[in-house]
Amino acid sequence: MAIVVFVESAEGKIKKSSLEAVAYAHAMNDDVTAIAMGTIDSTELANIGQYGAKKVLHVADARLDQGIIKAYATALEKALAAENADILVLANSSLGTPVAARVAAHIGAGLVSNVVELPDTSNGFVVKRSIYTGKAFALAAITSQKKILAIKKNAAEAKVIGADVQPTPFDAALSDSDFTTKITKQEKATGEVLLPEAEVVVSGGRGMKGAEHWGILEDLAKELGAATGCSKPVSDIGWRPHHEHVGQTGVKVSPQLYIAVGISGAIQHLAGVNSSKCIVVINKDPEAPFFKAADYGIVGDAFEVVPKLTEAIKAAK
Amino acid sequence: MKILVCISHVPDTTSKINFVENNTKFDTAGVQFIIGPYDDYALARAIELKESLSATVTVLNVGLADTEPTIRKALAIGADDAIRVNADPTDSFFVAKQIAANAEGYDIILMGRESIDFNSGVVHGMVGELLGMPSVSPVMKLEIEGTVAKMAREIEGGKEYLEVNLPFVAGCQEPIAEWKIPNMRGIMSARTKPLNVVEPVAVESGVSTKTFELPPQKSGVKMIAADNVGELVTLLKNEAKVL
Ligand SMILES: Cc1cc2nc3c(=O)[nH]c(=O)nc-3n(C[C@H](O)[C@H](O)[C@H](O)COP(=O)(O)OP(=O)(O)OC[C@H]3O[C@@H](n4cnc5c(N)ncnc54)[C@H](O)[C@@H]3O)c2cc1C
Ligand SMILES: Nc1ncnc2c1ncn2[C@@H]1O[C@H](COP(=O)(O)O)[C@@H](O)[C@H]1O
Repeated sequence: MAIVVFVESAEGKIKKSSLEAVAYAHAMNDDVTAIAMGTIDSTELANIGQYGAKKVLHVADARLDQGIIKAYATALEKALAAENADILVLANSSLGTPVAARVAAHIGAGLVSNVVELPDTSNGFVVKRSIYTGKAFALAAITSQKKILAIKKNAAEAKVIGADVQPTPFDAALSDSDFTTKITKQEKATGEVLLPEAEVVVSGGRGMKGAEHWGILEDLAKELGAATGCSKPVSDIGWRPHHEHVGQTGVKVSPQLYIAVGISGAIQHLAGVNSSKCIVVINKDPEAPFFKAADYGIVGDAFEVVPKLTEAIKAAK
Repeated sequence: MKILVCISHVPDTTSKINFVENNTKFDTAGVQFIIGPYDDYALARAIELKESLSATVTVLNVGLADTEPTIRKALAIGADDAIRVNADPTDSFFVAKQIAANAEGYDIILMGRESIDFNSGVVHGMVGELLGMPSVSPVMKLEIEGTVAKMAREIEGGKEYLEVNLPFVAGCQEPIAEWKIPNMRGIMSARTKPLNVVEPVAVESGVSTKTFELPPQKSGVKMIAADNVGELVTLLKNEAKVL
């Protein structure tokens, strides 16, 4: 029984979280068909095979370069039918999750998002999902024939296990009724490491004192190939753009390494970072609550410690 | 113009999460419940639109009787009336079906981008599909011009501006509006605003939650002297293996 994986791209490149979704599906069953949409580099498409897809479908419709939820949903439904697949796997994202919702409601599939592990099929079909913004997990049973899993970052490891696959064009026969949402403009930072995808995140809080001091964090981030993040007050004041805001009401990150500088560690901030593998906290107040959630801590002034850390990382290379 | 705002009733963001009855039930002891923070943004924007469009705002919650104080708070913030679908919201699809069954005649349906208990981020998409309406999320800006809604949606690393015709469904987040705090007059008038309780429609749901778990505890922080950042780099490399 085939599994279809929805693969997202950004700037013509396949997203790492989507490759994790391919690896996740492959770990369940090796009959995996990936489907990608919009304008994507053909070598990127072929590469998906290396992560475990047996077949790669491509809907080469440039209208899908924009996030039209309904159109993506229609194309996925057609792919599921064409492949005779009962299971759809995709990465949780601000686009993928709402798309999965529409597909689930339309075809009557049981949908679980924020899945963190492979399903347990020893007795039915049970998946583990993150709930209460990372503060707990739930084990959910899916009993419907058709199933959709939106997986969280790090639910599976994307590794090269196979060879390139020649992509097959897929005609999703999209109609005007799939495009009732009209995108008028996109504003996107290019060339930056995307925060939800990043393996390392350097994040600053109100302790950074002002937008003009972000240079030292950017230098550190650059040295680490990291994305930059911030606490909510920082984006509220406008020191940093809103899409960098991490926490309960912002982006939830799951990097290998999260470095928090001048952030007190309010519970709402922690909710967005608690699935990071390793947390480093730099704060001048030894009582800052963030230290309780950290793996490593330095009590000190950010303006002294951060440049030294950047130098030490440079030296260690 | 009629606006529907769907609100979840969730533990306050500072709550400690625990489970009882062999990890099969959420422990409500000592927990304060609030309107979902994202739903609260949706509600705040709805109240602003109510004034500029002379619309009416209805709030809807799928929940048992214990959610009524949360619904009354939404009425105190400025909603005109409320619907409570009398059922335990055990699954997103179940909730979406209940909302769809009560959404007849609304021009604008606003929700939060996600609830903070289940964090599914799917109810708005499901409702859009069930009602045959466009659904957009996460929406950080919303203006209504005649029969057209102009929105900005957050995408990874930026924003996307878009337009749809009414009616539509949107999952909202900041900075769409600022959270509103009810005033005394609002609280008084909320007591007498209509809160209609309706029974749920039957739904066959493909997902059910079995048990809950808490994440493993952190083993404790290792402190490093501020003048010894080199040691941190060594530990990140050799001990944590993240560099
Ligand atoms: C419903 C709700 C949702 C929320 N959602 C979020 C969310 O998603 N994300 C989020 O971040 N917050 C969120 N908050 C806000 C949260 O409660 C905190 O107010 C916020 O996280 C604090 O930000 P901060 O740590 O940057 O600032 P502060 O709490 O002011 O902390 C600044 C820290 O910097 C340190 N510092 C000062 N100077 C220096 C220096 N020179 N060197 C080193 N350290 C220094 C201080 O010791 C202090 O610990 C939410 C709140 C509510 C009520
Ligand atoms: N029990 C509920 N009653 C009414 N609306 C809800 C309920 N649960 C979720 N919603 C709405 O659906 C949105 C998305 O929820 P979710 O898909 O659970 O993340 C929330 O932000 C609410 O606006």
